[in-house]
Amino acid sequence: MPRRDDLKSILVIGSGPIVIGQACEFDYSGTQACRVLGAEGYRVILANSNPATIMTDPDFADRTYVEPLTVEVLTAIIERESPDAVLPTLGGQTALNLAMQLHERGVLRRCGTEMIGASATAIATAENRERFKDAMTGIGLAVPDSGFAHTFGEAVGVAERIGFPLIVRPSYILGGAGTGIATDMASFTDIAAGGLDASPVSEILIERSIAGWKEYELEVMRDRADNCVVICSIENFDPMGVHTGDSITVAPAQTLSDVEFQQMRDAAFACIRRIGVETGGSNIQFAIDPASGEMVVIEMNPRVSRSSALASKATGFPIAKIAARLAVGYTLDEIVNDITRATPASFEPAIDYVVTKLPRWAFEKFPGIPDVLGTRMQSVGEAMAIGRTFAESLQKGLRSLETGRFGLGCDPAESSFDAWSDDELVRHAAVATPDRPFQLAAALLRGVSVERLHRATGVDPWFLDQLERIVDERGHLASIGSAAGMRRADWRRAKRLGFADAQLAWLWNAAEEEVRAARLAAGVRATMKTVDTCAAEFEARTPYHYSTYEDTDEVSDSDRPKVIILGSGPNRIGQGVEFDYCCVQASFALRAAGFETVMVNCNPETVSTDYDTSDRLYFEPVTWEDVANVIDVESATGDVVGVIVSLGGQTPLKLAGLLRSGLVLGTSPDSIDLAEDRERWSALCDRLGIPQPAGGMALSAEAAAAVADRVGYPALVRPSYVLGGRAMEIVYDGADLRRAMKEMAASGSLGREGGLAAQRPVLIDRFLEDAVEVDVDAVRDATGAMLIGAVMEHVEEAGVHSGDSACVIPPPTLDAETIATIEGHTRAIADALDVRGPINVQYAVQGGGQRSGGERGDPVVGSAGGAPRVFVIEANPRASRTVPFVSKATGVPLAKVAARVIAGATLDELRAEGLLRPPVAGGHVSVKEAVLPFSRFPDADTLLGPEMRSTGEVMGIDASFGLAFAKSQAAAGDELPGAGTVFWSLADRDKDAGLRVAMRLVQLGFSIAATSGTAAHLRAAGVPVETVVAKVGEESGVDAVELIRSGQVSMVVNTPRGRGPRADGAHIRRAASAHRIACLTTVAAARAAVAGIADRGDRPFAVRSLQEYHAVEQLPLA
Amino acid sequence: MSGIARLPARPRVRAAGLLVLADGTTFEGETIGHRAPGGAPTTGEVVFNTVLTGYQEVITDPSYAGQVICFTCPHIGNYGVAPDDDESRRPFCRGVIVRELSERPSNWRAAESLDDFLDRHRVPGLAGVDTRRLTRHIRTAGAMPCAFGAVEGEGALDPADIAAAAREAPGTEGVDLVAEVTTSAPYRYEPANGAGPEGGAQGLSVVAYDFGIKRNILRHLSAMAAVEVVPASTPAAEVLARRPDGVFLSNGPGDPAAVAGAAGTVAALLGEVPVFGICLGHQLLGAALGGRTYKLKFGHHGGNHPVRRMADGAVEITSQNHNYALADGTVPGADVTHVNLNDGVVEGIACRDAPAFGVQYHPEAGPGPHDARYLFERFRSLMTGAR
Ligand SMILES: Nc1ncnc2c1ncn2[C@@H]1O[C@H](COP(=O)(O)OP(=O)(O)O)[C@@H](O)[C@H]1O
Ligand SMILES: Nc1ncnc2c1ncn2[C@@H]1O[C@H](COP(=O)(O)OP(=O)(O)O)[C@@H](O)[C@H]1O
Ligand SMILES: [Mg+2]
Ligand SMILES: [Mg+2]
Repeated sequence: MPRRDDLKSILVIGSGPIVIGQACEFDYSGTQACRVLGAEGYRVILANSNPATIMTDPDFADRTYVEPLTVEVLTAIIERESPDAVLPTLGGQTALNLAMQLHERGVLRRCGTEMIGASATAIATAENRERFKDAMTGIGLAVPDSGFAHTFGEAVGVAERIGFPLIVRPSYILGGAGTGIATDMASFTDIAAGGLDASPVSEILIERSIAGWKEYELEVMRDRADNCVVICSIENFDPMGVHTGDSITVAPAQTLSDVEFQQMRDAAFACIRRIGVETGGSNIQFAIDPASGEMVVIEMNPRVSRSSALASKATGFPIAKIAARLAVGYTLDEIVNDITRATPASFEPAIDYVVTKLPRWAFEKFPGIPDVLGTRMQSVGEAMAIGRTFAESLQKGLRSLETGRFGLGCDPAESSFDAWSDDELVRHAAVATPDRPFQLAAALLRGVSVERLHRATGVDPWFLDQLERIVDERGHLASIGSAAGMRRADWRRAKRLGFADAQLAWLWNAAEEEVRAARLAAGVRATMKTVDTCAAEFEARTPYHYSTYEDTDEVSDSDRPKVIILGSGPNRIGQGVEFDYCCVQASFALRAAGFETVMVNCNPETVSTDYDTSDRLYFEPVTWEDVANVIDVESATGDVVGVIVSLGGQTPLKLAGLLRSGLVLGTSPDSIDLAEDRERWSALCDRLGIPQPAGGMALSAEAAAAVADRVGYPALVRPSYVLGGRAMEIVYDGADLRRAMKEMAASGSLGREGGLAAQRPVLIDRFLEDAVEVDVDAVRDATGAMLIGAVMEHVEEAGVHSGDSACVIPPPTLDAETIATIEGHTRAIADALDVRGPINVQYAVQGGGQRSGGERGDPVVGSAGGAPRVFVIEANPRASRTVPFVSKATGVPLAKVAARVIAGATLDELRAEGLLRPPVAGGHVSVKEAVLPFSRFPDADTLLGPEMRSTGEVMGIDASFGLAFAKSQAAAGDELPGAGTVFWSLADRDKDAGLRVAMRLVQLGFSIAATSGTAAHLRAAGVPVETVVAKVGEESGVDAVELIRSGQVSMVVNTPRGRGPRADGAHIRRAASAHRIACLTTVAAARAAVAGIADRGDRPFAVRSLQEYHAVEQLPLA
Repeated sequence: MSGIARLPARPRVRAAGLLVLADGTTFEGETIGHRAPGGAPTTGEVVFNTVLTGYQEVITDPSYAGQVICFTCPHIGNYGVAPDDDESRRPFCRGVIVRELSERPSNWRAAESLDDFLDRHRVPGLAGVDTRRLTRHIRTAGAMPCAFGAVEGEGALDPADIAAAAREAPGTEGVDLVAEVTTSAPYRYEPANGAGPEGGAQGLSVVAYDFGIKRNILRHLSAMAAVEVVPASTPAAEVLARRPDGVFLSNGPGDPAAVAGAAGTVAALLGEVPVFGICLGHQLLGAALGGRTYKLKFGHHGGNHPVRRMADGAVEITSQNHNYALADGTVPGADVTHVNLNDGVVEGIACRDAPAFGVQYHPEAGPGPHDARYLFERFRSLMTGAR
């Protein structure tokens, strides 16, 4: 069946901000969809609120709406564009749910828009767990015994019928939110209540727990002609009970006989046919009882998923791309396999390697949250590794995670379990945590049997046996004792089991370079094999490679000059899709400029690891050894111009100093070090006469105290060479400081990240209070010409990590002088560092006081008077998190420009080429807002601070700051209220600033509730307070949490009381986030919110595409 | 508790081994499976198979007689060996080449490790081989004879002797390997675990020619009919004398042109009784109709080959294992019913003026997808229709 010509325009819905459970895998699928549909000649309309994504780059669609993903906004877009069809299956759960609402509200029918990819009935049957179960039993597939409940009473009834252990699973949820396993009635009551809360339709499935069974997934595709194929089978290392997203997963499935696999395949086809997904990909999860082989169906996702992104990277079969083609009418046999270009897509990939995916968590950023894994997904990113054996891919995967490990042990962190007895060790391993693989290895090393570990953990004996082989080899290597003692066969065996040179170096306490040299001398080097979908049966046309230790290479020669781009590795808080955006843009720009681009990355969710983003892809860990391997092979097959380290965040930047000199393109490693090395950096600022917060550096608690006494409190402490304000803290006195220093020196997460060391001292700065934070992104070329991409003013004051605070283009309150000063400083710094490419500088502006009043232009009040003083906080001679936001706000392709400049072009040349166009002047305001994962960690304090904790971002664009801010909040999931009661609880230092904001709210018709102190202050200033709320321990007044629960409060403003007893504020904030009520923790944010509420009034948002905003002559707002 | 409890790991000492192809290409590895002390190099035609699951079924498929199987899937032996999954009384392949052999299988059905199984059945092999390099070599140079053996430990072979053996090893062309695998005497197939209604609903009876028949085919046939298995050399008259409702022509090893008298026998059956052929059986059916067979460069061995069903255009993902095929357009009295979407090879024919059809691939699966099971139904309806 050919392409559907009855469709002309198609709306693609993206997945919005990166959140736990829904990350950039949907940027990958959405980008593929947009490219394919565009290439097929359809008019593509894209809606996605996430500015960091590649798909929202204006080149990927005819109309790109960076607008909040709400039914109202999508309705407006559909009314404005009246697309013939909407494709909701590539934007994750978000897109699916939105499409369902648009359908239920009749919007699609009214606007004549057809849902393609999956029908509403199919979606409903798959997503509603009750209908799904009935459907499965209807076709004779087994499901765990279960019952449904819509009320707590019902829930208890069902629990009594089925008996414990039980798992609670809400309908229409994402990433296992609200799920949990209950072993008794006590634990059940909490989990059931939470589950009912988590389900948008307050429906929960209560199911017999089969924790410990083997868990599998099949990625299935089906076309209009009812042809079905399995693209990939995935087996979970962690058995049922640990969310797939939090499990180590392996492709292909390793412990299924053909009899079992074919039975699962038949079941998967029966399932997709019954559910009625007519075209596209689905993900179906199964569990198997290891003792009897009994198989049950767990769930089905009628859309591409995290796992389909993984399956695509694992097999080379581009599921999203094909799904998009199927959705517009093609059948599988009509589509050519990109990789062989000779065979059709209607086949099942055969792979001749093992793929292992490992999750990356961020527990260290949420003190008090236990790092225990369960049915609720908690990981923030993942790394994938390819090897010819499981052992090799597992160890490559472990080092891809960048948690300071280079494989399964053989590193300092190994000793963390030494204190435990064997029994304790096994008991710990029985509970799934990020440490489990290392605990298993430690146990095996001590001689604990595979059988015992299998019984304790449920991990399949086959996997444990593989771990044991690694452990045994480690013993063998240790006994050899040195690189000198290694024969060729020894090297080959060790490397084939995935050992990194760094691990061997540690084992033999030698230098990694020496180990590498000795190995190469012994003739054992990495060989590059190819991912080809067909296990070499046919010739592969796509250079998608991975390293392993075999006889021969498969890398072909090339004649164009090659640029190697190092990616940013697994997503983590502080380093996410923004950096992938930069690497991908660079690849596009450099290909267009005639270079051959070579991408190195290990994140399966990303566009950068799509085999056709770059000329060549190496799916490899971004570590020195693995990168060096790529450089060697590429140099042997052509002319390598150099390596780009400044677009992938801190990961590649850290390698700059290690790479062969002259290989690093753009800003020199020395300049990079100059900016990163605190002493050199301070000296530079002094020389340039640019004020910095007073500060110093220390390697010991004593030294730190000395510095703090000199600069004064409050002070800010943090380790150097980390991203996202990792372990950064504001300390208010000496005791505070000592505690902070102890934590940093301690092992644990930070120890893995390096702990304290001469190369990683602790930095102590005077903390600038009440300062406005400003970010600048710029590009400087070899001639010294500069391009200021944008000056961004943060909404929250300095002290809230730049990655966690909202920021605005153009700056709403900075005066021209201050902006000029900031631009001047930025130029001076870039010149001094002789930057050749991107640079990001952060400033804190103290005084000037425009902010301390209620509205802009207010007369200066309070402490913050006087002329503004600009301090520089830090400079990073690399692309920053804000680059994509700037591009979308101004229409300047900053990342592309940066990449070209890194590769030697001048800004003038790029202007002449037309790549660099002048930024769009005025006409609109852009606000970037951070999205925080607190709903995932209900017990974490939602208070913002200098340690970054947001996982993603959204963007609001509109005619005024207020409207843009309101949009950004809506996009982030907390619509600003139009009316109701605002609950105030302010720290003393915020009370004056809070006054005017509260007053404004009253003028806007809101009523005020406040805790006693705040209430008194407001009343004294004539602000009417309707309800006085009691603080913890106070008798009088209503209880804060009660008030929030009662649903009377429409917004909360709660600012922290310094380091004082936070208990009070914390439980208010927790209650607010639990009941999904907007909770602002700074007066600045409250002020912005009020501006938004005022500007918006009761009007719906007007929508407009980036293409229109970027059009040189501005159109009036539609 | 899964298989492992019954299967303590038995790490065996492995000697360095060497694989040499007829063209002199060499591969290093280590010996697995059976190792005849002081034995000569193992020889055979090396072919690669791309299945991800089902190594046991592949190894016990008689169609591999005379061949050395290289598995492209790197981990082999993971779930051990289960008697129920044998496709014949023993492996007939000459050897097995893998990248990684699991010493400690894990599956609730596993009865022994693959290593022990190979040893017990005197099948030698090599592990640790760069099987991807080997596969790519076969892809470009074609399936060819090879020789391998240990080059270390007692009974170690001289690499030169292995190379010589590889050069001298015969291929499969013109060799009648069927004689090696067919049953010596007729027998009645009794489905294990008594599956399948005796003689099927309509009390049908089928005579199955054993050119190297797989058990999964017998399981399917016995689910619809009483099945009599006869040696490859059984004359047509003798078969017709049993008045079967249908005759089945089985899969089997090697060159169809080399199977003594088979084509003639099949010709004599056509028109007399419904005939269904699979793989070699399909080639013999074609030959009987005057079709020509030829050898593919490296054949089809795997579980993921897309086949177009001409009748309705649907795509079947099929299980395949053959080096020879019917040349397109050379079968006078038959229509091509199935075509391989990868390379256009004829995958199925139907006789125009007699109730006979055949497919090149394996609808019985074992190992592989079940997409084509409907073909057994078709055979049944041919038989009932012919009554
Ligand atoms: N009946 C069960 N017993 C034990 N664990 C289960 C059960 N059902 C699901 N799980 C676990 O919970 C995880 C999440 O369940 P799932 O239905 O896949 O939610 P999601 O929609 O978030 O993927 C699964 O990956 C599995 O590990
Ligand atoms: N001296 C200071 N006074 C006030 N706030 C500061 C100071 N230094 C840093 N900050 C805050 O801490 C955040 C993180 O510091 P930064 O140096 O940018 O670390 P990172 O490298 O993680 O971005 C900044 O965004 C800013 O809000
Ligand atoms: Mg799931
Ligand atoms: Mg910063």
